[in-house]
Amino acid sequence: MKLKVRGVQFSYRSEPVLKDVCLEVGEGEIVSLVGPNGSGKTTLLKCIGRILKPTKGVILLNGNELGKVSSKELARILGYVPQSSPGSFPLTVFETVLLGRKPYIRWKLSRRDKEIVHNTLRLMELDKLALRMFGELSGGERQKVLIARALAQEPEVLLLDEPTSNLDLRHQIEVLQLIADIVREKRLSAIMAIHDLNLASMFSDKIIMLKEGRIYATGRGEEVLNPENIWEVYGVRVTISYDSGRPHIIPLNTKREYEGNPAVGKGK
Amino acid sequence: MEERLETAEAEEIYSRLTARKALFILAALGGLVALILAAASLGSAKVGMGEVAGAIGERLFHLDLVSDKVETIVWDIRLPRIVLGMLAGAGLAISGTAMQGIMRNPLVSPYTIGIASAAAFGASVAIVLGAGLIGGEKYIVIINAFIFALLDAALVYGLARIRGMGSETLILAGIALMYLFSAGTSVLQYIATEEELHAVVHWLFGSLTGARWENVLVVLIVLAACLPPLMRHSWDLNAMLAGDETAAALGVNVERVRTLILIFSTLPVATIICFTGIIGFVGLVAPHITRMLIGADHRFLLPSSPILGALFLLGADTLGRTAFQPAVIPVGVVVSFIGVPFFLYLILRERREYFR
Repeated sequence: MKLKVRGVQFSYRSEPVLKDVCLEVGEGEIVSLVGPNGSGKTTLLKCIGRILKPTKGVILLNGNELGKVSSKELARILGYVPQSSPGSFPLTVFETVLLGRKPYIRWKLSRRDKEIVHNTLRLMELDKLALRMFGELSGGERQKVLIARALAQEPEVLLLDEPTSNLDLRHQIEVLQLIADIVREKRLSAIMAIHDLNLASMFSDKIIMLKEGRIYATGRGEEVLNPENIWEVYGVRVTISYDSGRPHIIPLNTKREYEGNPAVGKGK
Repeated sequence: MEERLETAEAEEIYSRLTARKALFILAALGGLVALILAAASLGSAKVGMGEVAGAIGERLFHLDLVSDKVETIVWDIRLPRIVLGMLAGAGLAISGTAMQGIMRNPLVSPYTIGIASAAAFGASVAIVLGAGLIGGEKYIVIINAFIFALLDAALVYGLARIRGMGSETLILAGIALMYLFSAGTSVLQYIATEEELHAVVHWLFGSLTGARWENVLVVLIVLAACLPPLMRHSWDLNAMLAGDETAAALGVNVERVRTLILIFSTLPVATIICFTGIIGFVGLVAPHITRMLIGADHRFLLPSSPILGALFLLGADTLGRTAFQPAVIPVGVVVSFIGVPFFLYLILRERREYFR
């Protein structure tokens, strides 16, 4: 199983946001999308999930064009995990995860639907919260529920939009570890937009660095995350430590500081 | 073995989730039947509950159980008003539930998109200017109110359509039109004679005074036609609570569902208010209270909230009709006077945060 994105373009009004994006994700693989705000990470995720319609290009899964699949069928193939979800209406955790079965349900729930929800809750260690209200949960618990909902769709591809943005250090690691385990175990293909470069390097098989809607660099963490690329894409001077065996980015100063005061960056 | 155990566990959790909801529906229905009997026995002429049941049985099964006088009071005077009140409460509640759902906003009511002020404007045009689009003298107010309500819905829909049916656009366009029609009604009130003004204000209050079986039948048909399509979209509504994008990712055609629900929840409201005038608050509160009691799953919420709406409106009208006899307080006024303190109490008591 392989997800291929070929030549995808997207424009908001006539402003191009994505330009000729191509990428591939293999089975059991996590690909991270990194890049500054507005570089097109979320837009790319939404184009792949067909929440937005790309102006050009195709997305293929096992050679089948996803643009031609019905939206219900697509929802059985792609699971989408949003950054956050409104909790203003009282739904329990069980009911929220049950929504992941929506693409399979006509009206009545089958025994299998209930089982899958139950098993997913156990997998995510949420079973004790099943009857609690989603809106009453902590940020980390909510994020797990949203992931559980996507898993209940029994998808082949998982799209994650900054799954760690609202989480503390422990929950960031915990949630990403959980995602990594599930992706490997269930042989899914995952694409994840993420801001934290160190987390990206820890948890992904491949990193794609976007700059102004184009792919600037792609490859394994240590190939993509180097001071030159980060300087070009983010305008930040960094030094990289390999103490942990993986690239670990330590920011020094920004382009503006550097240009304003050339002495600042001279230490290196 | 392990497998089977898990199945049983999943079933158990799910039934715990649904049993309370089913129980609530049954209890509310029982309460409604009791309230109907009580409401039909209360009034200036004394009729016992047993006689009410007798009178209802007599017509339905062609028996001879009570006197003709009792039968007339129950069937021709009280029941049309009771049934219209119930249907109005039910219709406003279900429409409020559906609209709060598609707009993902607990502050929305069936009147948020301006239907009520448009209907009021239509009715005022008929009362003050005597001008109607179609229909004879007798029905001109009703038909005008109905047509203007639909006109408003069509305008709001057209405006929102331009921006892809986003919920914010729907609400903002609705509020803008609401102000426009209110301004129009104010102008008409200003130029109206004393007598016309009185009629306009009475219409704005909302009352069940004009209830007749013909009206009841029309409302019943419209409600019966609109309920199934709304129910059919329960799962879509549930998915839309998670946000438009998530709903789309779950396979929901958000724009289409929002359009359909808007149509099927506007029609009953337009039909109801053209007979009763503007009865506020039920459409906002009944969905809320039901949601507090049984949660936001629309499979249960959509059939439950109309029962609560019917209870609420019928209760309020019975009180308004009997508390200060022989004076009758319009139901729209009673609804607000009882409903607002009760609702505030619920909001203050409730631990959960709804407005975020």
